[in-house]
This record gives sequence, C-alpha cells and structure tokens, in this order.
Amino acid sequence: MKYLTLATLLLVGLMSLTIAEDLGYQIGDTVDDFTLTGVDDKAITLSDYMGEGGAVVIFTCNTCPWAVGYEDRIQELHTSLAEKGWPVLAINPNDPEIKPGDSFAAMQTRAADKAFTFPYVFDDKQEVFPAFGATKTPHVFVVDKDMQLRYAGGIDDSPQSADDVQINYIEAAVAAIAKGENPDPATTKAIGCGIKAKRG
Amino acid sequence: MLFLLLSALGLVAQEDLVVHDFASLGPYLEQENDTVYVVNFWATWCKPCVEELPYFESLTEEYSDLPVKVLLVSLDFKTQIESKLKPFIAEQKLTSEVVAFYERNPNDWIDKVDPAWSGAIPATLIWRKQDKQLIEGQFASYNELKEIINSLLNT
Repeated sequence: MKYLTLATLLLVGLMSLTIAEDLGYQIGDTVDDFTLTGVDDKAITLSDYMGEGGAVVIFTCNTCPWAVGYEDRIQELHTSLAEKGWPVLAINPNDPEIKPGDSFAAMQTRAADKAFTFPYVFDDKQEVFPAFGATKTPHVFVVDKDMQLRYAGGIDDSPQSADDVQINYIEAAVAAIAKGENPDPATTKAIGCGIKAKRG
Repeated sequence: MLFLLLSALGLVAQEDLVVHDFASLGPYLEQENDTVYVVNFWATWCKPCVEELPYFESLTEEYSDLPVKVLLVSLDFKTQIESKLKPFIAEQKLTSEVVAFYERNPNDWIDKVDPAWSGAIPATLIWRKQDKQLIEGQFASYNELKEIINSLLNT
C-alpha cells in the first residue's frame, strides 16, 4: 500500500511536470524566433520585425466575437505603439479545417476590409501558439528586444466594451518596460475563444 | 392561458433568464454537499461549446434521479442576451438550467472560478464537496463527461 501511494505520488508529479511544460513560455523566458507568412504573402520574422522596444504579439482570429470586438483596439494599439518601438504582430492560430472562417483567404479579406496597418500572419503549422502557451483568441504576449517575454494575458480589462476600459494592460506594460521596470501585472487572465487546434 | 400553452410548447423565450455577476454566481460555486455540480461556461456562437451542449442535456435527463445538477453559464455578450441567447434557448429547447453572466473585467473572476482556467471557452467546472476539477476545452465524448460524474458519485 505504501508503495502504491509512492507510485501514485510519482505519477501525479510526472503529470504535473507534463502540464507545466504545456503552459509555454513563462515571464522572463527567452522566446524562440519564428517566421510566419502574412496576408500580403510576405514572411515576417519576429526578431526582424521588432521595433526598438520589442513587439506586441497578439494571437487573434476572424471568427471569435471577443477577438472581433478587439480589432479596432488592436489597430489603435499598433498606431500608438509602433512609433514608440513596439509594433503589433497579429497571428491567427486557428485550424481552418475546424473553423473555415479563419482560413488564410478569409484573413486576407478581413485585413483588407478593416484596413489593418499591422501584419496579420498565419500560424499554419500550429507550432508557434503552443510554444507561447497561447490558449485562446485574443491572447497577448509582449516580447522585448532581447526576445524576453515580459507580459502575457489580455489587452485590457473590458472585452465587451471599449468604452468601459479602465486599464489598458499592454500600454501599461510597454510604459513600465520603457522606464526600466517590470510590468505590473505581468500576467492577467483574459476571456477568449479556445484556439481551434488540429486533433492529434 | 395562451401564454401558458405557448410556454408548454416551448414557443416563448425564457422570460426569467437570470443575468449573474460573480457576486451572485460565486456562492453557487462554493456549495459543498452530496450533489455533483456541473457548471459549463459557453456561448451561442462558440462552436465547440454548442457541439457539446447535448452531453449536458443528456446528463440532466439521464441523471435526473441522482444528485447531479447542471448549470449552463452563457457568456454571450450582454447586448445579445435578448437577440441571441433567449431565442437559442427556446429553439434548442434546452432543459438544463441556463443563466447569463456579465462581469466587465475577466481578471476579476476567472481565477475565482478556478486558477487553472486560462479563460478560454468551453470550460467546465465539476465538483462534489471539495473534489473539484476544471476541464478546459471540449469533451471528446459524452462518455468522457459521464466517467467524471460517475467517479464523483462513487466517492
């Protein structure tokens, strides 16, 4: 019985290790560089794309109402932060076989209709979002010029209504880093649509 | 009389749909008794959520004689409760209890449901007494859900 308990403990320990690995980058971790193709058919590499501060990486999509509700705010973020050295990189992580509205062609249409001025790239192999531990759209990761993850979570504190926003977490994080400080909070919980991953 | 008849036929949208915030939903999640509670966070536009609704409906029906209680918490936008959620409940003839939910700031309540929840839907909180688990993502099958319920009922 004693051994059984020990075995159970070991098993539980191993399981939690596996779960921890699934969570992706933690704050302070160095992010692996990646290259993905955007709606203009051009390949974008994170390290090349970054500004003097870094980049705001946003996993988003065409179809999730929370993501759609954030489109204008993502554009505003890019407009205000790109000139400060923190351009936005939007990534669609969804498998279009599960969600046809998130196909590459649909991304191109959406980007044109909304006249996005930030790149909107496709994680077509679904390798980038698991590395970041992104679970939903929208889900944001602020990466500094040293490729360190500095903030992970939501865009602001009011997904349903831009008018009710009190704190913009991204602007706050970038402002803190610019002052040589760590973002506080460095992580937030955000609501979103689960990423549509290929079923193994 | 006409209203009663229409209600019985499921033609009238639920007039009494409760819209919770965390202050009013929170105590429900704290209940510790013999009942197995199943609280599913979903939305009408969430495809995987809608796909698994029949599992919760089957649970409500199949376990009606057992201490199992399903609550479907809709995260449909507050501006769409009348236009989308209520018609959906009526069309689908949902028999499980449905409530709507609104909080401005997700950061204020997601961790209070369960710190393990990333905030993605679908997500389902299942517990009996202090034995609690948060399942993020879609159930692979009705059986997967049933196995969790059965094991909690047998503890």
